[in-house]
Amino acid sequence: MKVTIDGQEIHVEPGTTILQAARMIGGESVPPAMCYYSKLQGSGGKCRCCLVEVTKGSDANPTPMPKLVASCVTGVMDGMEVNSKNSARVEEARKSVTEFLLINHPLDCPICDQAGECDLQNLSFQHGKSETRFIEEKRTFEPEDIGPNIQLHMNRCILCQRCVLAADQLTDGRVHGVISRGDHAQISTCLSKAIDNEFSGNVIDVCPVGALTDKTFRFKSRVWFNKPYNAHRNCDKCCGKTTVWMFGDEIQRVTARKDEFHEVEEFICNTCRFEKKDVSDWVIEGPRRFEKFSVINRNKYALHPPKVEIRTEKHILEGREQDQKRISMVEVPEKTNGNSNS
Amino acid sequence: MGRKILLDKINIPGIKTYEVYRQNGGYASVEKALKQMTPDEVTEEVKTSGLRGRGGAGFPTGLKWSFIDKKSGRPRHLVCNADESEPGTFKDRYLMEYIPHLLIEGMITSSYALGANLSYIYIRGEYMWVFKILERAIKEAYAAGWLGKNILGTGYDLDLHVHCGAGAYICGEETALIESLEGKRGNPRIKPPFPAVNGLWQNPTVVNNVESIATVPWIVLNSGEEYAKIGIGRSTGTKLISASGHIKNPGVYEIELGLSVDEFMNSDEYLGGMLNDRPLKALVPGGSSVPILPANLIFKTANGEDRLMTYESLSDGGFATGSMLGSGGFIVYNDTTCIVRNTWNFSRFYHHESCGQCTPCREGTGWLEKILHRIENGHGREEDIELLWSIQSKIEGNTICPLGDAASWPVAAAIRHFREEFEYHVRFPEKVKNRDHFVHEPFEKVRHLVGKTIV
Repeated sequence: MKVTIDGQEIHVEPGTTILQAARMIGGESVPPAMCYYSKLQGSGGKCRCCLVEVTKGSDANPTPMPKLVASCVTGVMDGMEVNSKNSARVEEARKSVTEFLLINHPLDCPICDQAGECDLQNLSFQHGKSETRFIEEKRTFEPEDIGPNIQLHMNRCILCQRCVLAADQLTDGRVHGVISRGDHAQISTCLSKAIDNEFSGNVIDVCPVGALTDKTFRFKSRVWFNKPYNAHRNCDKCCGKTTVWMFGDEIQRVTARKDEFHEVEEFICNTCRFEKKDVSDWVIEGPRRFEKFSVINRNKYALHPPKVEIRTEKHILEGREQDQKRISMVEVPEKTNGNSNS
Repeated sequence: MGRKILLDKINIPGIKTYEVYRQNGGYASVEKALKQMTPDEVTEEVKTSGLRGRGGAGFPTGLKWSFIDKKSGRPRHLVCNADESEPGTFKDRYLMEYIPHLLIEGMITSSYALGANLSYIYIRGEYMWVFKILERAIKEAYAAGWLGKNILGTGYDLDLHVHCGAGAYICGEETALIESLEGKRGNPRIKPPFPAVNGLWQNPTVVNNVESIATVPWIVLNSGEEYAKIGIGRSTGTKLISASGHIKNPGVYEIELGLSVDEFMNSDEYLGGMLNDRPLKALVPGGSSVPILPANLIFKTANGEDRLMTYESLSDGGFATGSMLGSGGFIVYNDTTCIVRNTWNFSRFYHHESCGQCTPCREGTGWLEKILHRIENGHGREEDIELLWSIQSKIEGNTICPLGDAASWPVAAAIRHFREEFEYHVRFPEKVKNRDHFVHEPFEKVRHLVGKTIV
């Protein structure tokens, strides 16, 4: 089947979705996806970030689709023409979805462990605005303890429901799910039960934001101070192939290996993830490749960001000088206009 | 006097019970369909009748039936959508409460047409007493041999169950209804696949409104052509309208489509004019989801033609100057109504009922409600009106199911037609805070604020 995305043609198997076809092409046409996860069945269609415009339905029926469609759940047709990056409508829709996702998000990236590898950060970096139109109080939830290994921050959740699907498809017996509805829908175990299962840790990897984070890594380091290495060990429960995040000689965190779309290659077990934090547990294969434009790379190798000039810098410095004088001793001679008489 | 199809026998004492219903010609359509017609003939009759879905969208019922996947050989289901939760709409309750056997008769005939052997009525949890009425009626129908194995000796089996929802507006959306019926969380499914291919338990399913199904017996008995003669153009037949608001005679009315809005509102046979003869200010013709109409667009369309009670005429002029027939929740407002408060109330409903699955609706409905609440309580800002407009345009069309559209249309229409009132709320917060709206002032003084012409 032939499909054209932003003018780039590709031949794909029947049953492929538009998003998958776009990922095969790669580059800037790939729609962002917050809820779709190719390793989880039935994911997608919820976050509406991946909306695209179908300008030609197929060769057989060339009428364009009136609404924007979610590319992650729409199958391609032969001769379909899709506009992703090229369409102003799509750009507008993505901007608005980003705004909607952010209005109730706490924006606590400075203290969030996910910062630096967060899909929502990437999305807002591309499609977000720097100012907000939301002046209401943000929606918040009561904190809930879901066990010794996984930290749930419901306020950060964007309800992609990936963790629910992961628990359904990887573990036997899911104990958490979505309760309530509307903007008060939340991921919860309802009875404050601990999520305790050998593969439950994978919900951390599938979470696109910082709602589910690793408790054993909590506040230890920013992800860009860690160096990721591919490592493996003989594990009787899982494949044992992981990425270890090191700081010096110390393994601070173990995650599954993630590809360029931040999807894990293979799921790993909790023993590997939470308990094996010693270098002797692992066979280190070598440093992991990371994206050129990732935050890990920032300030280090390829990029020399232009110096940011703050417009008020001069005035701030002046003010600081005057403050210093006010605080400091009287004997400091005053060289400025001499207004302050401290 | 309009023709009555659904409510023809509603006033016969004891029509709720099987015996009286049967004596008055009940279940005749089942006899006719099962003994004299093939399922495809029944579908054909419904197609010629031009019956359009009465749940709100107005999709032709016969066409919907013909989409059902009969080739795969999987079991098929008919589901009756009795999850009537639209604010302003209460026609299905009336029908089910007072003449439950009509729905059951329709279910049997329609199931036969679709070849379904297992059918459901999904009723909202708030209608518990109606649920019990339906259960009793189904028991009576089973006892009389209209349901169960080998109905009338024709070899056709049908089991019919009533299922009670748990109180969610979203379960009136057909795929959410199917999810809920399967025992899951009532989240709308992503389409395609459509229910006609993969519906209930992944089997081909048709979901129809109560009123559509209750019309089928009459069509089978009197032929689709006869039905198509009633009404105008593509709006055939009769429609139940549940009228509420500032009118003399609120209630459920059966009208022939094509009746003029003027006659419906002002004739004594129907609504009997405005309550206390206060001036008319606005009208919501089809339940809370449809755009509100200002007074100058109610009786006449923008072209100056008479506005009729049809799908086409009510939506004449698009959303700029028209509305929709929707599910027939006819809400009339007089000049004492505060449109901002009304819009806030609708928004609050959609905020409460959003399922929380997809982003624009989950976050947007809450945002709309908060802003409207602020404006209504005197904390509005001048830019809030533009903000509301922008938010609603961002929700519309970007969601999985139509609830997002339904939440944004009333807000859009209220701002489009009653912008002055929003501005009044923003500019005179101290009056609004004391709930001293201009609606309490003599109307003549503030007529300019309402804008346009008041009839």
